[in-house]
Parts: sequence; structure tokens; C-alpha cells
Amino acid sequence: MTTHDTDARVRVRRYSGLARINHWVVAISFVLLMLSGAALFYPTFFGLTALFGGGQMTRWLHPWIGVALSVSFLGLFLRFFWANLPEFTDFVWVARIRHVLSGHEEYLPEIGKYNAGQKFVFWSQFVLVSVMLVTGIGLWDQGLAFIDQTFGFVPTIDQRRWAALLHACAAIVAVTILIIHVYAAIWVRGTMSAMLSGVVSGGWAWRHHRKWLRKEVGRRISPAE
Amino acid sequence: MATFQPFDVIRKSASVTSTPEPNRATEVVKLIDTSKCIGCKACQSACLEWNDMRETVGTNVGVYDNPHDLTPNMFTLMRFTEWENPKSGNLEWLIRKDGCMHCEDPGCLKACPAPGAIVQYANGIVDFIHENCIGCGYCVKGCPFNIPRISQVDNKAYKCTLCSDRVAVGQQPACAKACPTHCISFGTKAEMVALSDKRITDLKSRGFDKAGLYNPPGVSGTHVMYVLHHADQPSLYAGLPDNPRISPIVEMWKGVSKYAGMAIVGLSAIAGVVHYMLAGPNRVSKEDEENAEKLAGGKS
Repeated sequence: MTTHDTDARVRVRRYSGLARINHWVVAISFVLLMLSGAALFYPTFFGLTALFGGGQMTRWLHPWIGVALSVSFLGLFLRFFWANLPEFTDFVWVARIRHVLSGHEEYLPEIGKYNAGQKFVFWSQFVLVSVMLVTGIGLWDQGLAFIDQTFGFVPTIDQRRWAALLHACAAIVAVTILIIHVYAAIWVRGTMSAMLSGVVSGGWAWRHHRKWLRKEVGRRISPAE
Repeated sequence: MATFQPFDVIRKSASVTSTPEPNRATEVVKLIDTSKCIGCKACQSACLEWNDMRETVGTNVGVYDNPHDLTPNMFTLMRFTEWENPKSGNLEWLIRKDGCMHCEDPGCLKACPAPGAIVQYANGIVDFIHENCIGCGYCVKGCPFNIPRISQVDNKAYKCTLCSDRVAVGQQPACAKACPTHCISFGTKAEMVALSDKRITDLKSRGFDKAGLYNPPGVSGTHVMYVLHHADQPSLYAGLPDNPRISPIVEMWKGVSKYAGMAIVGLSAIAGVVHYMLAGPNRVSKEDEENAEKLAGGKS
């Protein structure tokens, strides 16, 4: 895809096939939720309901896609949990965010599998997906019927109003973080292949996640040829 | 009775372009005089008849309210309250015909995301246009009076239409026509306010010195008004809100969160483009690859 890929003599496996499938299920659900959610959020975007078969279908589908996202996101969460625990270098990374943004990674400490920015995406999306799951059930007739049957809980109208407001706010923040996530993958060249083929070049790993590369080299190395 | 040009729309849900305002037609009002209600439920029957709805037979739990709540079929409901008046020591039977108040500033319309699913006509009637309804239940959250109900049959919201179809041809609403005590009256806003004044004067002369008209200013007035014997305590009447208004939570949800949200998302996208133009792509250099090779080579 990019020039260095062909130059790279060392290639490092970053994501297994299952991890990538899991990631793309989350990604596709997220985009579908974003489109159907935007249609219900602002009249200008109501036309997007046509993509889902009309207003009634959009209203019916959105929560079920939400369930699919919640389940698949839980998969990603359990998969990447240990690699996303905070550590001291994260604070250094944040303190030197200026060098991160200008691409001067030589001024940064060696990074493990994830840097503080990636960990931020991980944890904030975990919180936001949880908020949207809970508030989303509060806005969903079938979901509420299920909750009523199982737990005997029926939210008041005021609680449903809060659910609507929080759901919208969480969605806005989640979309903003998605933009940062996608932009970072475009800006930092060679990143996409991690989620497409599961493999990154040795140079990419050296430049962005050297601590992780050292660990991987210690374990196993697969030369390109 | 005059006809009321009922299908001139002055407000429309989920529409960014403003509706051209026609000359405001004569505003209609349904006046419900709680002091004249005998709780016969003729209004409920007439409502089911006219709208061709049927309510399933329920269970008696020892109250007069039947059915127990508004439903997607039952657009109006007599709510019975037994109240001991601490001043007179009398047991008072307060009966209120519940249903859509047809707010001048309708919370349902504000909350609705489906263009044209909720409209307000020039005569003040707030109507649900079912072919545009997507069944999301946002109107339930927007309503300060807890009126709309979502049908489990066709997943659309239902409530009192103020018989907009009857009003269109110069008829009064079915409930008003059926009412045997003239507790429910229908006419122009001016006529109804004048009628309520007469009734309030009469009630005051009979010792109900707090009698008054319920036309709450928090929703810019309503097109269904009550004459209450205890207008200082509307909540006595089966929880009629004392000061109804569109909830501030709904105002935030439908107001600032939309504009702030679009601004935040838009700005983050712009920030990405600007950053890319200033910083350029973050590319892996030849040295990086060589260093990786050295590291890997040394090990393997």
C-alpha cells in the first residue's frame, strides 16, 4: 500500500484474523449506527433513513445494530484489555503531545503495544458504548419491555428524557473520537495494514511501538522472505 | 358553527425550513368544566365510536378509571379523584377528562424527529400524521402531560385529534357532542374564555373562591382548557401539572445538544484536515526499517 511496505524486510504480526474480524464488525456497526442515529438526531439527516428502508425500519434496526455493536465491542474490550492498562510512559506521552502531533517521535519514550492516545480511544469508547447501551435500552420499546419483564423496572418519563439527552451527547463524543481514531490511522502511514492484513512493517513498529517490537522480537520474528 | 380551515399547517415537526405562516385562523378551544362532570364516560364511548377504536375488556381493581390509563385506542379518559377538602370537611369527587391538551407550544412536536409526523393547524389543533410517524416514542418524552401512546399493533403514536376531521366540516368533537351535562363545550377561543368567565363567576358565588381557568402559560396556553373549582391546586385533579412546560431536558436535547454536537463533530473533522496540511503524513523512514532489521537480525 505504502512504499515502506515493499522496502520492509521485517514484518510483524499485530492482529490475528479473529481480532480483525471483531474490529471490523464493531466498525461497520458503528458506521451504521452513526448514519441511522444521525437520521433520528437532526431533520437535515432524516433522508438517511432511506438507506435503512424508511423511518419505521430505521427506528426498528438502530437498537438491534446497537446490540450487535455492544456484543462485538465487548469482544474487543476483553481482547485488548491488558494491553490498554495505563502506565507511566502514558503520562510522558501526554506531556509531550506537542511532539506527537508534529511527528517527532524521537522525543518520546519507547511505547508498548498502545500509546496513551490509543488507550484513550479504547477507554473512552468503552465508557461511551456502555452509556449508549444503557440509555439506548431506555429509548427502546422492546428493550424496555424486556427490562420490565426481567427486572420489573419501568423508567419514569423524566428518566427517559435524560436517557435521550445522554444518548445524544455520548453519541456526539463517540463520533468525535471515531474521527480522531480514523484520522490517526490515515495520518500515521502503515497503520491501516495492521487492521487489513494484520501485519505491520518492522520500521512502523520500531518508529511507533518500539517497546512492543522488542518484546515481539524476543518472542518470535518472521522475516518477509 | 363556523368552519375552521383546519388543515392549514402552521407548525411541522422535524422541519428545518420554517413553514410559511398563513393568516392565523380562528383558534378553537375545547372547554371542559370539571364542576359539571358526572363521570358518565359518554365522552369516552363517543371517542371510541368516532375514531372506530375498541378497547379490550380489562380487570376491575376497585377504581372507577376504565381503562386504567390512556392507551393507543383510548384517547380520552375520565380520571376520578376522591378528595377531602380540609376547609369544608367535605368529600369532593373530582373528575377530570384527561387527554391531549393541544398546547400552543407542543412538546411532542418539538421532540418529534420525523418530518411532518406532528403538525399544528392554524386553528390550534395539534395532530399526528400517522403515515409519517416512525414510532420512536420521542413525543412521549416531549409531552408535559404524558399523553401520547405508542401502538404495539402498527408502531405509531396515538392521541386525541380534537376531532380535527369533524372540526374540518364544522362539527364539534365527538366527546363534546355526547356530553349530557354540557360539561364539554367547543367553539372559538374567545367564546370559550367568555363561557369560562361565566362559569367561574357562578362557582365563586357558590363558595369555590379559588375557581378558575386552567390555560397554562408555560406551554403558551392550551386549546383544551379546564374550569377547575380549585384552580390554585390543579394537581388535585389526578396529577394535572401545576406549571406544565416543555422539560428543560427536552429543550437541551432538541436545542443546544444538536448545534453543539454538529459543531464539535464538524470542528474535529476540520482539525484533522488542518493538522494533515500542517504536519503532513507521519511516514516510516528507511532508518526505521533498518533499525528494525538490525533488531530482528541480532535476535534471529
